[in-house]
Amino acid sequence: MPELTYREAVRDALATAMRDDDDVFIMGEDIAEMGGSMGVTQGMLAEFGPERVRNTPISEMALAGTAIGAAMQGMRPVAEIMYEDFMTLAAEQVVNQAAKVRYMSGGQITVPVVFRTQGGAGWSPGAQHAQQLEAWFVHIPGLKVVFASTPEDVRGLLWSSIYDDNPVVFFEHRTLYPIKGNVPPKNAAGQIEPIPIGVARVHREGEDVTVIATGRLVHESLKAAEEAEQRGVSVEVVDPRTLQPLDEETLVNSVKKTNRAVIAHEAVTRMGFGAEVTSVLQYQAFDWLDAPIERVGAKFAPLPFAPVMEQFVVPHAEDVLQAILRTVGKNGN
Amino acid sequence: MAKVEEKRGTLGKGELKDVLREMLLIRRFEEKVEERFRAGELPGFLHVAIGQEACAVGVCRALEDGDVISSTHRAHAHTLAKGTHPNELMAELYGKTEGCSHGYGGSMHLYDVQHGNMGANAVIGGGLPHVTGAALAFQMRGEPRVAVAFFGDGATNIGTFHEALNLAQLWTVPAVFVLEDNKWAESTPEKQHSPIRDLSERAKAFGMKAVKADGQDVEAVFKTTRQALEHARSGKGPVFVHLDTVRFSGHYIGDPQVYRRKDEAKELRATRDPIEILRGRIGVTDDELGELDTEVIEIVDASVDFAKNGTDPAPEDALKNIYA
Repeated sequence: MPELTYREAVRDALATAMRDDDDVFIMGEDIAEMGGSMGVTQGMLAEFGPERVRNTPISEMALAGTAIGAAMQGMRPVAEIMYEDFMTLAAEQVVNQAAKVRYMSGGQITVPVVFRTQGGAGWSPGAQHAQQLEAWFVHIPGLKVVFASTPEDVRGLLWSSIYDDNPVVFFEHRTLYPIKGNVPPKNAAGQIEPIPIGVARVHREGEDVTVIATGRLVHESLKAAEEAEQRGVSVEVVDPRTLQPLDEETLVNSVKKTNRAVIAHEAVTRMGFGAEVTSVLQYQAFDWLDAPIERVGAKFAPLPFAPVMEQFVVPHAEDVLQAILRTVGKNGN
Repeated sequence: MAKVEEKRGTLGKGELKDVLREMLLIRRFEEKVEERFRAGELPGFLHVAIGQEACAVGVCRALEDGDVISSTHRAHAHTLAKGTHPNELMAELYGKTEGCSHGYGGSMHLYDVQHGNMGANAVIGGGLPHVTGAALAFQMRGEPRVAVAFFGDGATNIGTFHEALNLAQLWTVPAVFVLEDNKWAESTPEKQHSPIRDLSERAKAFGMKAVKADGQDVEAVFKTTRQALEHARSGKGPVFVHLDTVRFSGHYIGDPQVYRRKDEAKELRATRDPIEILRGRIGVTDDELGELDTEVIEIVDASVDFAKNGTDPAPEDALKNIYA
């Protein structure tokens, strides 16, 4: 099994699709010569040329909207929105246009576009370069929303997203780009094994508590699960991977087994993605629950600059561990 | 697309009577829409393009098969001119499954992919980047097609206008941006919404070729659009077509137009009616016009019958077409 970083895995999905299919191309700010602000598209200009690796002006509305227009005419563009924070600038096109064109046209038009974006704290950029805004987009009918946490998942899910006939908002986490992981070999035609959209992944099986985590918090939760194990608590860690559609069955079945749930994400807890998951679990697994569902996320504050404040605002493995221990009635300390 | 060469730069004499008939059909259609809305039969929020018929017809007549348009909230005229049958348009306004958007869109979201209509848009300027994108797709695939955006003067103030035109010019995509300059952004006159009087200057700021025509003169609109399309199709880049037009009606049906001088629309109707201008020029008599009128009124009345006899969607159809 080849080993790739998360960054290489994203690039491999893009490049493999572009070798496979002339309709696939990428566009975004600084993605050509510079190779993207996160280095994801490095080397792609040399392989594919400026026609298919398109640097755009700093114009998120046009970047998103042009990708939508090309998709409406049968191309499969992947638009890179440099930071999730800038999705707010593209939001009109993503929310009012991409998500609704198929619907408003009564099914005449498909919009097979992917909006790749990334965010995440841990490097003190302050309040406008590291937000986690996935909850904004899971609220919009017509969009699919993916948030992958490992090299294997990010590659297989990006491949599926490119070939999905719906608009997909594809979240990556900044701090995950350097992590390494094995990915399955490609098939004889050089294609990537797709990971279906809408299927969760159980990272670790356990008996006492289910932790449902996304993005960086998957890794924090796995650390917390190791620590909990030392204290005699067996933890199952599940990553939904796609937030819309949501694999409710896997999440609910896990909680029916463990009878306790913790939901962990880096985004602000209040009104976050975890609130919806909590609702799904309490409704479908009410009689199985032995403890209130715990949520772990950022405190209700913009991301601050000073590193000590930033570390305080966003959740870490220790926060997940404490939540796990609360669900089993153990005092964390 | 051999038709590109065959199609002349100007409308032939025989064609002009058909152009007159088409403008008259749109006029009577819009008047019927007003009437049926006031009778309480049409749901939603409707905007008619009475007075602007020459823009829609002149531009759409100039297009080739395969060219696509993107329209605005004031979309009925563009949609009819691009080839959607009046029955399908009227059925959409009645919310019927036979409608051009199958009841999912309504007046401000008219689509007809088969006829090259990429959709009307209820967000001002919302469709402009789609036109840049569609034109990019044509360019990348080497297809001799042009994407055309309709928008009003109000849209020249929104970010998508500037971003989409800038990108279109930067990438020299085959797009034509048609400004229907009726001097009103809803109720706000142009002098209150724009610090410059000549909105073509905005396109020129991006280095884009800009041309102008009297939007009430359908022949001028056609001729100017042909030139713009030829420029775009030949790979020389997008063109901004600035049409000077007038809105006889209010912003929406039922608009009391408290912001407008009472006699203004009446005066404009007397001097700048595109139908009267063409009819005078080609010498169509009152009798001949009456015959055309009878003919198009029949079509419009039939579209109302068609729509009323159409099929209501099932309520739960609302949950279809969300995902492919």
